[in-house]
Amino acid sequence: MSTAVAQKRGLAATIWDYLTTVDHKKIALLYLYSGGFFFLIGGLEAMLIRIQLMKPDNNFISAGLYNEMITMHGTTMIFLAAMPLIFALMNAVVPLQIGARDVAFPFLNSLGFWLFFFGGILLNVSWFTGGAPDAGWTNYAPLSTTSPGHGVDYYVMGLQISGAGTLIAGINFLVTIINMRAPGMTYMRMPLFTWSTFVTSALILFAFPALTVGLFLMMFDRMFGSAFFDVALGGNVIIWEHLFWIFGHPEVYILILPLFGAFSDIFSTFSRKRLFGYSAMVFATVLIGFLGFMVWAHHMFTVGMGPIANSIFAVATMAIAVPTGIKIFNWLFTMWGGQIKMTSAMLWSVAFIPSFTIGGMTGVMLAAAAADFQYHDTYFVVGHFHYVIVGGVVFGIFAGLHYWWPKMFGKVLNEKLGKLAFWPFFIGFHLTFFIQHFLGLMGMPRRYWVFLEGQGLETGNLISTIGAFFMAIGTVIFLINIVYTAIKEPKVGGDPWDARTLEWSIPSPPPHYNFVQTPLVRGLDPLWVEKMDGKKGMTPAEPLGDIHMPNGSILPFMMSLGMFIAGFGFIYQVDNSSWLIAVFIGMGITLGSMLTRSLKDDLGHHIHKEELEADIKKGVGK
Amino acid sequence: MRGWMGKFRSLFLFSTLALILSGCGEENLSALKPKGYSAELLLDLMLISIAIMIFVFVIVMAIYVYVLVRYRKKKGQEDIIPKQTEGNKALEVIWTVIPIILLLVLAVPTVQATFDLADQSTQGDEGVLTVEVTGNQYWWHFNYRGEEIATSQELYIPTGERVYLDMKASDVLHSFWLPAIAGKMDTLPGENINTMYLEAYEEGVYWGHCTELCGPSHSLMDFRVIAVSPEKYDQWLEDMKNVDPEAQPETTTAQEGQELFNNNCMSCHAIGGASMGVGPNLTNFGNREKIAGILDPTKENLVDWIVHPDEIKPGNKMPANIVEPEEAEKIADYLLQLEHSSVGVDAPTQTEE
Repeated sequence: MSTAVAQKRGLAATIWDYLTTVDHKKIALLYLYSGGFFFLIGGLEAMLIRIQLMKPDNNFISAGLYNEMITMHGTTMIFLAAMPLIFALMNAVVPLQIGARDVAFPFLNSLGFWLFFFGGILLNVSWFTGGAPDAGWTNYAPLSTTSPGHGVDYYVMGLQISGAGTLIAGINFLVTIINMRAPGMTYMRMPLFTWSTFVTSALILFAFPALTVGLFLMMFDRMFGSAFFDVALGGNVIIWEHLFWIFGHPEVYILILPLFGAFSDIFSTFSRKRLFGYSAMVFATVLIGFLGFMVWAHHMFTVGMGPIANSIFAVATMAIAVPTGIKIFNWLFTMWGGQIKMTSAMLWSVAFIPSFTIGGMTGVMLAAAAADFQYHDTYFVVGHFHYVIVGGVVFGIFAGLHYWWPKMFGKVLNEKLGKLAFWPFFIGFHLTFFIQHFLGLMGMPRRYWVFLEGQGLETGNLISTIGAFFMAIGTVIFLINIVYTAIKEPKVGGDPWDARTLEWSIPSPPPHYNFVQTPLVRGLDPLWVEKMDGKKGMTPAEPLGDIHMPNGSILPFMMSLGMFIAGFGFIYQVDNSSWLIAVFIGMGITLGSMLTRSLKDDLGHHIHKEELEADIKKGVGK
Repeated sequence: MRGWMGKFRSLFLFSTLALILSGCGEENLSALKPKGYSAELLLDLMLISIAIMIFVFVIVMAIYVYVLVRYRKKKGQEDIIPKQTEGNKALEVIWTVIPIILLLVLAVPTVQATFDLADQSTQGDEGVLTVEVTGNQYWWHFNYRGEEIATSQELYIPTGERVYLDMKASDVLHSFWLPAIAGKMDTLPGENINTMYLEAYEEGVYWGHCTELCGPSHSLMDFRVIAVSPEKYDQWLEDMKNVDPEAQPETTTAQEGQELFNNNCMSCHAIGGASMGVGPNLTNFGNREKIAGILDPTKENLVDWIVHPDEIKPGNKMPANIVEPEEAEKIADYLLQLEHSSVGVDAPTQTEE
């Protein structure tokens, strides 16, 4: 395992290795650690919010700080926790699932991670420099453009930098999946996780530029005196809402689709059946991705768009329920007639179905434009999107981590602790969020720092807070499980689950070139096909030969560091123009690194046949 | 039974559902206890959607439970390999077409209701009231079009008829939500005027909230809508038009308070008149349900508010310590005796239920 190697080589060498790595498997770990770190910060913020709302007229945190909490909780969870954790799974799994030795652009992969990382750090530095952003994660103008202090500036710069990282990662996966598939791995033989990564990457490609544009307008309004959102000077505040949601709605599908893919692989593996209705599932994924761009204005039903626009977006939104329903039924029928093995990964997946179905149902209710006049910006919406994002995305991340943990670390997460973490989290989740639907309809708006006594909201809020503590307990047990597994659990072989797809045909964790010989894919679920033919592993598609691999590089780290420094310069040059020096230094580092990258040829290195043969003797080929 | 689907409410799950849901929340606040046309229409729409969704959920759960019980791996079956089914065209068609039909069933009333609530056909007609609503950090202003009067924080409307609201904001986005009577609509700064209407069935004091994040005191930007019978409303209009802002209070402290008020507060606040100042219009303050939308109308609370408004509503624009506490008491005496109209003081509030 990597820690053993690390001890031999020393800490500094390991850190240098991770700073310079372009290996998708190590980048997956970087995404996992930083995403996990931000998930804990976002969770802490959530707990503070719930403690504040434990009883009426509470004064646990102040009004201004509360608005910073909700803003940072939402922003952190969406951009800095869910997205990187999903990228962790994609990086760890997708190249292996298609039989590739790395992603198409390993250098860009590293750049994408470091941009995300420094953007996230920049955003969180705001806590220590006079206040975090406080205009909500949606950052609506003009509250955001007029927000005093630099909180919103950090939001703009942090998300701009990390958003660039996400866009790069999305493009990278698109090209990887189009170009890097092993012989025989046709589109209609790709595992659903790869398919959903493909669709998600396309969504990222088209959705994130809208955010980028919005953030640029916001940046110029706040820092350079433009007036895109200033009504007094002829601007329009609704433009921000449109730009934000043209990005923001596809973003929801960017979050959930990869995990739909993960669930598909998990249901199929632990039912020992091929996915029911594979082509319908692929079609549904593509359709959800497509429709995801047609419905952004359902976040804006009360903004005054008029009944025609509202009706069109209402019906379009309802239409998404159809492909989602197709997926739910196909998962159920994948299990139908199977041999269901209830591992922790399967437990999270099975729990996802009713939870997500409830979230989808409230989604259809919200789609009824007129009824949204009651639901909008109340706790009904808070209940709805937590059902989708926790019940879908977070359950999916837990399921995916349990499922692919052996592939990433060579050890199966302890099953007993896995189930012990599941139950408090699952029960706490429903306790926290189910009641919130009713709170909303009973008259509790969203983003309320306090609710007043005598409005009948006391009991519901108390239940919700208690539930949040259960979720925290579940999370802590999961963390304990990680440590316990690392210390106590035995190493496992390449295929601990008797699984079906290519990633399980190679050792756990895989050698850094993944496949000694590129495999030949002979059908859907390629490893299962070979196993059913009585073979031990994949048939190679090429003779044993030298493997060309990319070299590591510190340049992605330096480029991102430059952006990070320039970010501070942009934020503070408003107060004092001498901060422009930071902009020049930062951009100098970034552009200098880019120039170095362009001028200096780096042709990578070869792993020679003799080394591979030595590795095979040690058991890597099997 | 005034809703457009009143006839059908006894069918299906609706009666049970309506019964269960109506147990939720306080009167005159909860969207589940509608007291007005729009709220009732919307509750009906919610009930249709909930019924359809419960129907779907029951089916999903039935299959789900069956599958999980029936197909759990049992001891001694470790080596059995299940049949690798590819799929089933007929099933795919079924679970595509049935949801489409169910959604169409929901889409029709949705579109109807959406257009119904956007209807402005009678606005501007003789005798139809339009109120110009302005959202401010953190208070609401109501200007009664054509009547030369204005109120803040408390909106008076006649029952049984449509009252149109033409809404905008003066600073950041706000949203006007009156769950028991109607839904909500955002108020925007600039030229965009959003229009919605209210129609209250019963007399009462209804609780409203701001539902668009507007700053630290977003959660404290409450307002009241006081619905009274049309006759009482006419009486109220009469009273409000006859307000004498200069009227001499009876007690000496209140008289001193009036003097202090005129010297310290009049640059932002008004009594009588129809224009919107920097701060709320304080006409009829003695009959307000709440001070600043949230505090009980006691003298102690009012003095606290006058001296330390920022501690009660963080981030609001009224400066602290503008007067000494002793002076604030006199101002409070003056304001609390401003009872320009007794209409609506006996209207039922939710706490009486």
